[in-house]
Amino acid sequence: MTDLSNRKPETGAFFSRDRLWHPPGLTPGYKTSVLRSPQKALLSLDGTVSEITGPVFGHSILGELDNDLIHNFAKPGESAIGERIIVHGRVLDERARPVARALLEFWQANAGGRYRHKKESYLAPLDPNFGGCGRTITDADGHYAFRTVKPGPYPWPNGVNDWRPAHIHFSVFGHGFAQRLITQMYFEGDPMIWKCPIVQTIPDRAAIEQLVAALDWGNTIPMDARAYKFDIVLRGRRSTLFENRMEGN
Amino acid sequence: MVQPLGYLKESASQTAGPYVHIGLTPNFCGITGVYESDLGATMVNDRTLGRRITITGRVLDGTGTPLKDALIEIWQADAAGLYNSPSELRGSADPNFSGWGRAATDGETGEYRFETIKPGRVPFRDGRLMAPHISLWIVARGINLGLNTRLYFGDEAAANAEDPVLARIEHRVRVPTLIAAADGDGYRFDIHLQGEKETVFFDI
Ligand SMILES: [Fe+2]
Repeated sequence: MTDLSNRKPETGAFFSRDRLWHPPGLTPGYKTSVLRSPQKALLSLDGTVSEITGPVFGHSILGELDNDLIHNFAKPGESAIGERIIVHGRVLDERARPVARALLEFWQANAGGRYRHKKESYLAPLDPNFGGCGRTITDADGHYAFRTVKPGPYPWPNGVNDWRPAHIHFSVFGHGFAQRLITQMYFEGDPMIWKCPIVQTIPDRAAIEQLVAALDWGNTIPMDARAYKFDIVLRGRRSTLFENRMEGN
Repeated sequence: MVQPLGYLKESASQTAGPYVHIGLTPNFCGITGVYESDLGATMVNDRTLGRRITITGRVLDGTGTPLKDALIEIWQADAAGLYNSPSELRGSADPNFSGWGRAATDGETGEYRFETIKPGRVPFRDGRLMAPHISLWIVARGINLGLNTRLYFGDEAAANAEDPVLARIEHRVRVPTLIAAADGDGYRFDIHLQGEKETVFFDI
């Protein structure tokens, strides 16, 4: 790890969010959004110190198996069932700069498409050795990696016959509270991506394609695990050129 | 042709879904033994400076039904008005206060709860002081992009009256949607996703 303490902290306000790129709140094809989407205009607010700061997490919070979903819930000597994969990539900002010390938390269904959750009712079985959560923190170049099994697709109550494509949920912390993001990673070549009402909440095909991880043959480990590469982009910050410094700076 | 700016696009948001707890509060949903405790479950310790408060409330949908599968994160200054963040350049925040909390709404009642301290005042971009406030971020099944709002305190009428952010709310009838009512040692803050009492959400 590079020592980050001598790097100047970033204090610019964030680029305004492109809300035509993100899914809108109201997306009737995803029925639950209908009663849960605000209907009034948002109040626009250029970042104050409350938005441009945020919690930053240290590697000390991490346990040894936090980035290994194959083993972090398994009994000693056992492992989760499924296709072994490595997911890796970088967290960058909109200025293409690496985001170091970003906390990534991920969760997913097991290889059969079943979540370990009491509200889950899909008939596929639980895997006694698979919990479904993991986390890691990016290094100085914004890199992260974790090991898991490829999640299965699963049916969900929306339309009569709606299925989610295989996906991994990601929660990402950058360095500012306004950068907070939750998204999902999909897998290259999955024809179900294009049938999914949750995917279809995203209006722009290019924005969807940005969430599809590529099979990374180069980093596949022979006789062990295939690799998928998934880069994540967080909001960028303005340079503080010509901006008045805030009181007390 | 012009020179390319070379900017990237922010990754598009996707809903946190119904099983957000597995990833963000696994102990809360019964997945124990992976992490010692859920991140953000504790914001204070016995040495934290400031007045202890609790914040409770619900997240309500367009029919007034509380969401039983929402997750809320809060971010706030310490008692002296400093954020525990590397981007805070005005001073060092209380090391015994994280400033950040995370809580799921209860699966039966829909109630959330934070134990924290009353934040100090922090400056707006032009240096004027803002009233004490807490930033909130709300995600759930059916919410496609996390919602941002702020909580202000009902017993800070004078500070709220001069707050530059509250002042920008055109429809004054909506200002109370951001003000938590004092209730004993705590404050009550319901978040209305839709309807007459729809909370003011921010594009920050
Ligand atoms: Fe899912």
